[in-house]
Amino acid sequence: MLTTNINNDFKVISNRRLTHKTWVMTLGGDTRAITAPGQFVNVAIPGKYLRRPISICDYSHERGELVLLYDVVGEGTEAMSLMAPGTTVNLLTGLGNGFSTDPSHDHPLLLGGGIGCAPLLNLARRLRTMGKSPVAVLGYNTAADSFGMERWFEEIGVEAFIATVDGSLGTKGFVTDVIREKGLPGDYFHACGPMPMLRALCTGLDIPGEVSIESRMGCGFGACVCCSVETANGAKRICKDGPVFRKEELIWK
Amino acid sequence: MDKSPLSVTLSGVTLQNPVVPASGCFGFGYGMAEFYDIDILGSISFKGTTRDARFGNPLPRVAECSAGLINSVGLQNPGIDAVIAEELPKMREVFHQPIIANISGFSIDEYVECCSKIDGEDQVAIIELNVSCPNVHGGGMSFGTCCESVSEVVKEVKRVITKPLYVKLTPNVTDIVAIGRSAVEAGADGLCLINTMLGMRIDLKRRQPVIANRMGGFSGPAVFPVAVRMVNQVAHACGVPVIGCGGVSTAADVIEMMMAGATAVEVGAANLINPYACKEIVEGLPAEMHRLGIDNLTDIIGIV
Repeated sequence: MLTTNINNDFKVISNRRLTHKTWVMTLGGDTRAITAPGQFVNVAIPGKYLRRPISICDYSHERGELVLLYDVVGEGTEAMSLMAPGTTVNLLTGLGNGFSTDPSHDHPLLLGGGIGCAPLLNLARRLRTMGKSPVAVLGYNTAADSFGMERWFEEIGVEAFIATVDGSLGTKGFVTDVIREKGLPGDYFHACGPMPMLRALCTGLDIPGEVSIESRMGCGFGACVCCSVETANGAKRICKDGPVFRKEELIWK
Repeated sequence: MDKSPLSVTLSGVTLQNPVVPASGCFGFGYGMAEFYDIDILGSISFKGTTRDARFGNPLPRVAECSAGLINSVGLQNPGIDAVIAEELPKMREVFHQPIIANISGFSIDEYVECCSKIDGEDQVAIIELNVSCPNVHGGGMSFGTCCESVSEVVKEVKRVITKPLYVKLTPNVTDIVAIGRSAVEAGADGLCLINTMLGMRIDLKRRQPVIANRMGGFSGPAVFPVAVRMVNQVAHACGVPVIGCGGVSTAADVIEMMMAGATAVEVGAANLINPYACKEIVEGLPAEMHRLGIDNLTDIIGIV
């Protein structure tokens, strides 16, 4: 049994807009149930029945803080954007398996698409403390979608490249174009982003890797099986057995 | 030994308290045992089990609603043989109370085969028959929406089992009392109600149903008043113990359901937004009973 309660009240420390759709929220509270980068929290939204699963961008047990990056895409995330500093928010924390940090890979590639860049930041921090040399590639549709995350990576000593589909910022094209153009060495990849991007990476990159996927969820902790995916190892719950799966586990039809 | 003020008895099966996680909201219990000691629960109605393994429906399977949710999981389960060989042993490691086995089927033969197999499992104390599945030999109509098909499936299952049989009734009918009476006349030892109400949500931007299967089962606090009303009607008309289910979220809801006529109470959707929901309800019952001047929960069953 877990010794930490995963259901905790947090206080909003800050909540600000980064782009036309992306926001960043910092919360203070008991983070102890979080054990790995790539885990997520399930946010209780006043007036909504179901919680909203949001990946953890960064956290610190010492400070008792966590950072969430989120796109406003519907009523739930719209309500999140209206939460002022000091607001109490109930979270289920430390959900999902998170990214692996296998010590045998020295040059991990961190590949993000849009809001999927979020969970790669804490992963980069963890890999740096392990003495690894990760490189990040952040993909967006257009310059207006970029929320300046490359600077956050650079602050922890991780080089970050940008790709935009329309070429308005960084390399024109996809994250794979950056890898090719820059000749980035990588012995493993960790990715999070839209499914077409993850499909391209899992079926196109010839290095081992893992991807974090998302879905509408009921509970977020494995009870309702509303987010099952068929894998090479049978039905898996995205919320509990994932959200991170090794590339060979996923079936791309 | 003095009887615990919280204990209740369903057809000879004594539960230490009336709080039972509903089928499909608690798996086989062992996953939830990561969060608290689930031995404090009265029982667990395990994940709806069919003869063969089923992946279930495509995603999305869940939709937000006011005070509730719609789900259309499609009876994902590993099949009765794997449940007996793999799930029940894991469940027994962390749960030592009587188990309610929720069995589903798409034909009479499937119900009979599954019930006969699960009846032999020691810790299974009650078999709960989910009759909300479509009858593939009956034009796809749900078994539970017609007195004749409910009666037929209950009679056939009763022939092969020794444990008490509770029929879980669907509320998507014109007269739930008539269906309940048919089940009891066919030999059901008790009734459980209500299953989810059929509902639908539409994604306005995509102009498509939110749920891939178009519609699904609506549950949560929004259905609680409907459930209380149906439990009240059925409990007073049918003369067998009733397990009340539908939108129960608090200890006060448990007491309301029992006053309506329920002997035990299942908790479904509440577990999905708070994994500690059933623990909080069990722990909250003594204070709620004290507040309302209730000495023993059995004193209030069906008093309204």
